[in-house]
Amino acid sequence: MSLLTIRGLTIRYEGEAVVDGVDLAVERGASVGLVGESGSGKSQCALAVLGLLPARATLSGSIEFDGRELIGAGQEVLDDVRARRIGIVFQDPMLALNPYLRIGAQLKQILRSHGLADRREADARVIEMLARVGLPDPERQFAAWPHELSGGMRQRAMIASALIAQPDLLIADEPTTALDVTVQAQVLDLLERVREDTALLLITHDLGVVAGHCERMTVLEKGRVVDSGSTTSLFRSPGHRHTRDLIAAAPRVDRGEPPAPVTTGTVLSVGNAAVEFGDLRAVDDVSFAVGTGETVAIVGESGSGKSSLARAVLGLLPLATGRVVYAGDALASVVEKRALAVRRDLQLVFQDPISALDPQMRVQRIVAEPLVVHEPRLDEKRRRERVIAVLEQVGLGERFLRRYPHQLSGGEAQRVCIARALVLEPKVLICDEAVAALDGSVRRQVLGLLREVQRETGLSIIFISHDLAVVRSISHRALVMYSGRLVELAQSGALFEAPRHPYTQALIAAVPVPDPVLAPRPAPLPGEAPSLVSPPPGCAFHPRCPLAEAVCRAKAPALRTVGGTQVACHLAE
Amino acid sequence: MSRAVKIPLAFLAAVAAMAVIGPFLSPHEYMTTNFDHLLAAPGSGSAHVFGTDDLGRDLFVRTMMGIRITLTVAIVASLVSLVIGVAYGAIAGFAGGRVDAVMMRFVDTLYALPFIFFVILLMVAFERNFLLIFVAIGAVNWLDMARIVRGQTLSLREREFVAAARLTGVSSWRIITRHIAPNLLGIVIVYVTLAIPQAILVESFLSFLGLGVQEPQTSLGALVNAGVGHMETAAWTLLIPAGVLALILLCFNFLGDGLRDQFDARKAR
Amino acid sequence: MLRYTLFRILGAIPTLLLVIALAFMMVRAAPGGPFDAEYIPSTEVEKNLRDAYGLDDPLPQQFLTYLSGLLRGDLGPSIRQTGYSVAELIGEALPYSFLLGATAMLLALLLGVGAGTVAALRQGSLLDRTITGLSLTGISIPVFVVAPVLVLLFAVKLQWLPAGWGSARGAATWVLPVVTLALPQLAYVARLMRASMIDVLSSDFVRTARAQGLGTATIVRVHALKPAMLPVISYLGPAVAGILTGSVVVEEVFGIPGLGEMFVRAALNRDYTLVLGVVVFYASLIVALNLVVDILYGVIDPRVRYR
Repeated sequence: MSLLTIRGLTIRYEGEAVVDGVDLAVERGASVGLVGESGSGKSQCALAVLGLLPARATLSGSIEFDGRELIGAGQEVLDDVRARRIGIVFQDPMLALNPYLRIGAQLKQILRSHGLADRREADARVIEMLARVGLPDPERQFAAWPHELSGGMRQRAMIASALIAQPDLLIADEPTTALDVTVQAQVLDLLERVREDTALLLITHDLGVVAGHCERMTVLEKGRVVDSGSTTSLFRSPGHRHTRDLIAAAPRVDRGEPPAPVTTGTVLSVGNAAVEFGDLRAVDDVSFAVGTGETVAIVGESGSGKSSLARAVLGLLPLATGRVVYAGDALASVVEKRALAVRRDLQLVFQDPISALDPQMRVQRIVAEPLVVHEPRLDEKRRRERVIAVLEQVGLGERFLRRYPHQLSGGEAQRVCIARALVLEPKVLICDEAVAALDGSVRRQVLGLLREVQRETGLSIIFISHDLAVVRSISHRALVMYSGRLVELAQSGALFEAPRHPYTQALIAAVPVPDPVLAPRPAPLPGEAPSLVSPPPGCAFHPRCPLAEAVCRAKAPALRTVGGTQVACHLAE
Repeated sequence: MSRAVKIPLAFLAAVAAMAVIGPFLSPHEYMTTNFDHLLAAPGSGSAHVFGTDDLGRDLFVRTMMGIRITLTVAIVASLVSLVIGVAYGAIAGFAGGRVDAVMMRFVDTLYALPFIFFVILLMVAFERNFLLIFVAIGAVNWLDMARIVRGQTLSLREREFVAAARLTGVSSWRIITRHIAPNLLGIVIVYVTLAIPQAILVESFLSFLGLGVQEPQTSLGALVNAGVGHMETAAWTLLIPAGVLALILLCFNFLGDGLRDQFDARKAR
Repeated sequence: MLRYTLFRILGAIPTLLLVIALAFMMVRAAPGGPFDAEYIPSTEVEKNLRDAYGLDDPLPQQFLTYLSGLLRGDLGPSIRQTGYSVAELIGEALPYSFLLGATAMLLALLLGVGAGTVAALRQGSLLDRTITGLSLTGISIPVFVVAPVLVLLFAVKLQWLPAGWGSARGAATWVLPVVTLALPQLAYVARLMRASMIDVLSSDFVRTARAQGLGTATIVRVHALKPAMLPVISYLGPAVAGILTGSVVVEEVFGIPGLGEMFVRAALNRDYTLVLGVVVFYASLIVALNLVVDILYGVIDPRVRYR
């Protein structure tokens, strides 16, 4: 008999089914993936198992756990099952942990509430658990507040809280989505090791994560199960069109031909740029150039300085030192001091399209606003034609003119943002995590749109992203940043096939590959990015570097050219 | 518009209409004393629907005049605080940084003052100047407005659509008028609605202490004060103006709540 | 934590100075002000005033003289009540006001937090709607309406409780004044608490706690109460200001010889030095209380200290 058996689970809100007849089984000790895009109902299933859905949700079907029916079960049954039999890890540990309570107290309360330990024992058990999930100096973390921990450490504490009562089943709901890729690798690795014979139900949108960590998988589309089976066989021969689409849409860091290099004149260059916030150096001495019709990606994890660099290029943040040269002229550091003609040529697309659109304006006014500023003599009719033309260019039509932002889907809103950026026919488009908030299939469409516009208009693109697989598919060249510094700059082909910097190597290796038969992943990179206020001496990467030598601790490496690649490493060759 | 907005709004409209028209419909004057009908009881049979006060003046007309004064003072004072508060808050929020820090430190300092006592001090020192009531109430109420508008402006300023406008070359003035102001409108309306009952409270409090409007002019607070003196023998002189005052305050608070819920729901969409 | 506290204490000093200066200037600027000869009833008082304020000195020096007096607890002589100093008069009235205000405040906080929490836990129920409706009504009805209506009902009509101060000393005398004073604050605290408790209960970390099998009582006690109290704590400053304002009315209506009643009498009698003294006293009280609130906030919210 399975540990968890879900049969015909249906969840409705005001009569509308968000989960519709889901069947799912988890055997003892097994690992099962529940996969789907946003809105597929996968998290709703997890919450339903633990009885955590809001009261207005109506449930039908059956959730049987170890022989007990959980739908409609009384409070005592639920309180007994929760934590002791089923532990759960949520997506964002910043929100899921109580910021007003010390880490130790939060874990201790679980033991105390379930009568699993007395006051004295509890402390020792919690500290032991914190040590098991790899928190350094567990006695100190016991007394720490959640905000004092890094994102990765917080998620480790969350995992400790889910496992401390030794449950039979661990549900992990997008456990690494809020984390950086190297930290994600650590946390997934930890989950694998620390759960021992606890079964795992892993809920994720990321096929790479499922491929690497689940024996079986179930695919959801709009609340219904479309595919279910062993992970290897489903990847080899997906039964349903949606599964096939998901696998096809998943970008891969390990294969694929990057766009051929372009050899055109430089349109924009950045020289020795530095950005500071007080005594914190977010960007330190970065130089690069972008050619006409070229896409240059800036890659890095959070805190690497990639977004600050983009904002400094645009003049939204002042440069502490260095300069930005466009069309042969050095640009003013603040956007308001730049000539209108320059501002027209440099445009930006943001990460969160909803926040980037004024909620009080209709699409027509949003897209027309740049025209009002730059071409004030355009009459109403001509302006409207231009807006419609650019909306059609991004795959939307005239019917979107009267819509408000809240009436758009995420993908449509991002297209409107791109339309607003393109309506002035700029020369350089800066995309700041422009596809990060989008689902797989929508993301592929938007990337395709960018490529198409580039082919037609010779647009140059600076593409800021944390997602190496996406970068591989779109950029001609890529530069990798770590702790505010440029560590490697190369043609995409060279960067992904033969990375020279140990950080780049680790970063690429850490990306989960949506292919269950690939060789096991290398051990994840230890540690986390250093503090920008007091960076380590020498090479900022040396505390995490598997190759570090004495020279790395003593001296910061300069950028040098090795085999056509610029790399800042003493040891690269 | 939801029911939570419509109902209090209808009530207030009715009360205001009564206050404007009522005195014309009544045969009595608000100042005319009638020593044959001192403290006459109210009732439909009586010539005075709300009864009379200790000078025999018609309480219906006086209550309507009181509503007029109370509402006028409160609305004008709220508009004063609206203008000051929105301008101050928007400037602090839009400027940000050090300017904002200094401006808000000043607001925090003023917040720490027992304003009502300063107001009383002012009223005493400056001989109950009617204009002072506006100044006094405005001085208390603009702080809330400034804080809310500043917070909202600050968060709007950080929103990416403002960055997008800046990048393209939209002028600061245009950003404020086209992007920030329309997005502030909802919350400002809510807080003006909630500022009005606050202003009514201050005005009627002063009048109750005998520091507000002066006889023979009257306001709801002054009527309540007069009623307290006769409540044991003529309870209506207290209960009628007190009830009307409470009803008006309740309506404004309900309206503010309803508007806020509606506004929150729209934001959550 | 210590640095944060010190920083806050230092920050309160300029506020306090500004408040005192403002009050002092107002009194000095009043046309027909307190220090004009026509307002001074006797030569003895005039002499005292001249001694106390150095009336012929330049204004800033007079202010400094007043300040140095303040430091010694000397608020100068009363203009109207010959022979009494302002400090003595405040000292006599304070115990009544303090007892009244502190009891009302405690009542408002305890009942308000309790009612708000219960309403939040039963959101949408009849109980919740009753509490919400009552608290909105409580905020809407001013103290000077509640006070006489309660007297009319409980003292005059039902005759359960004494109406005024002189009638019957003892605990019963305090019931109506305390309840009257507490009601609007209680209503406000209940509303605040309900809203913030609903917010906290719908937060992700409470969902985590539920997923860990903690009972509702434990969740409220361990996880939710502290963060939900934060808005109530920030409201303490305005609440005290509200209690002080309300006490003016309550002491008037019930004839309690407290500070508020004394203040109004002094204002109507143009006893400027007494009015100034009470304003300075109240302002210092509120500044000090805001300081306590700031520090308390730092104790509850660990993230504040590091800002």
